[in-house]
Amino acid sequence: MIRRTLLATAALGMALAFGGVASAQALDKAKACFVYVGPIGDGGWTYQHHQGALAVKEAYGDKVEIAWQESVPEGADAERVLTQMALSGCNIIFTTSFGYMDPTNTVAAKFPNVKFEHATGFKRDHANVATYDARFYEGRAVIGHIAGKMTKSNKIGYIGSFPIPEVIQGINSYFLHAKKVNPAVEISVVWAYTWFDPAKEADAAKALIEQGVDVIAAHTDSTAPLAEAAKTPGVIGFGQASDMAAYKPSPRVASIIDNWAPYYVKRVGLLLDGTWEQAASWEGMPGGEVEIGEITEAVPADVKAEAEAMIAAITAGTYHPFTGPINKQDGSAWLKDGEVADDGTLAGMMFYVEGIKGDIPK
Amino acid sequence: MDLSAINPAVLFASLIVAATPILLAGLGELVVEKAGVLNLGVEGMMIVGAICGFAVAVGTGSPFLGFVAGAVGGALLSLIFAVLTQYLLANQVATGLALTLFGLGFSALIGQGYVGIKPPPVSALTFGPLSDIPLLGTILLRHDAMVYLALLAVPGLWWAINRTRMGLILRAVGENHDAAHALGYKVVHIRLAAIVFGGAMAGLGGAYLSLIRVPLWTEGMTAGAGWIALALVVFASWKPGRLLLGAWLFGGITVLQLNLQAAGARVPVEYLSMSPYVITIVVLVVMSARGGRAAGAPAALGRSFHATH
Repeated sequence: MIRRTLLATAALGMALAFGGVASAQALDKAKACFVYVGPIGDGGWTYQHHQGALAVKEAYGDKVEIAWQESVPEGADAERVLTQMALSGCNIIFTTSFGYMDPTNTVAAKFPNVKFEHATGFKRDHANVATYDARFYEGRAVIGHIAGKMTKSNKIGYIGSFPIPEVIQGINSYFLHAKKVNPAVEISVVWAYTWFDPAKEADAAKALIEQGVDVIAAHTDSTAPLAEAAKTPGVIGFGQASDMAAYKPSPRVASIIDNWAPYYVKRVGLLLDGTWEQAASWEGMPGGEVEIGEITEAVPADVKAEAEAMIAAITAGTYHPFTGPINKQDGSAWLKDGEVADDGTLAGMMFYVEGIKGDIPK
Repeated sequence: MDLSAINPAVLFASLIVAATPILLAGLGELVVEKAGVLNLGVEGMMIVGAICGFAVAVGTGSPFLGFVAGAVGGALLSLIFAVLTQYLLANQVATGLALTLFGLGFSALIGQGYVGIKPPPVSALTFGPLSDIPLLGTILLRHDAMVYLALLAVPGLWWAINRTRMGLILRAVGENHDAAHALGYKVVHIRLAAIVFGGAMAGLGGAYLSLIRVPLWTEGMTAGAGWIALALVVFASWKPGRLLLGAWLFGGITVLQLNLQAAGARVPVEYLSMSPYVITIVVLVVMSARGGRAAGAPAALGRSFHATH
């Protein structure tokens, strides 16, 4: 107990002594640390973050040292890991899951000269906390279009992780664009309450397939839903977070790829230059953070061409996936004709759009 | 909400599949605990079985060899536990926990080259026209061989434990190792065999997960299945028949809640997810309230044996 207090005091003392000076100065060497919610080998979310980390190392060579910890539970454990990282000399720490939001801000208060970057969150309580996110819903719009065109049973499925805005944006965008090309389409949403549990993700996909769903999108981290879809002919799905190329050409007919490398390289660069500042970044297809993987030959050529046209329009900034008229689930108007959703509403989105059945769990 | 979308026969069939890994691992641990040894390393042995089975099945193209390798992998890992606890008299709880941590890390190391690879497919057995019998055919007669092996292992183990000389000796060692030793039985050797059997069964359960149920390899893919298997043994009060019921309950709750959600029912997922554990606690309370031998646990469970005379 005493030793721990001593350590913390020492750390605080150092922070006070050097904090003011260090934050505005360029660094010769930096240590960039990454906290992952799953194993790097998940083939999805965490794998992509790690690719970003490796890109940082590649870009700066000897000037940057990288370190990471995998499978860190969201919650109290995260706080311990973050404190440990800050004490061990990390200059910038990327926390790569929504559930690290509070631990990140708590630890950031204790280490003002360490930079913290929290993925997919919205809390920036201290000057040394930045947040970053990607507009996954742009990718969801494209695969929603494909789903609406490809489904034969008119039942499409979505495996959600947790009911948080990031996931709900995806469900809404996916459904809106499926409905646009196929008015008869219905969506079933299953909440897995986990980011990573292959057996449960596979079970969720199985439950959907048994109930007649033939297009499955997932917002969890492993390739298990695709592995399950592969067992039933005629069922298709999409790579999530990573390309998941092993399941080409079917069931994986397209994929949403998160590309964190440009952002990580940029932020670590700013840190080295001494010009790092708090920011709330939310890039998408135009910035290259969200990409659509190869659309395979299992998709008819005309559907593929339409999907590619949508990708081009979103990338060029001429099309926003949430463009009115859009009603909320209860039928009340949300966006007027031609109106585009503002980022604030999207970031806090906790409602379904019209046509989705069921409630968002509290 | 449209519950008619759920086909009970199909639901029960997927419940049986979902229960198979924990059933296999639970049966193995039951034998280990019957011999008086508490091995908390089930999770570690399962995941090592999962990657060994996966690697060999991919390498040889034969799922059968994969399952053999999964069993061997789990058994080899359990040997470490056996040597530490039976010969070096290490604490069983600490060693078991260490085994889990070691297994998780070790499997990640072996598995690095196997992420994103598809294993050879395992086809379900066909029973000709029998598989088309309504209800029964769907529920019971369209599975892969491992499901039947696991189901047959339940009466098999019951018989072996309760109706054979071997089972009697196993129980004697688990209830009172000093008495068994005085009668001339090799306590340590018998426990060693039980531990290795438990490891092989856990390995099989893990291989089932990576070769059939999911089927893929990712780090940490057992995601707590080994701990559920441990809870199952207690839930079943060390009886194979009840273990089968427990496995269906534990595995079934997950499948049921996911199906209910897919059908659009409003389900309190949290309550359903914790219900098996609540029932386990209730079972423990009921068993100990009956008095006498607490909860039906083998009397020498978790105690080290050292022959002093």
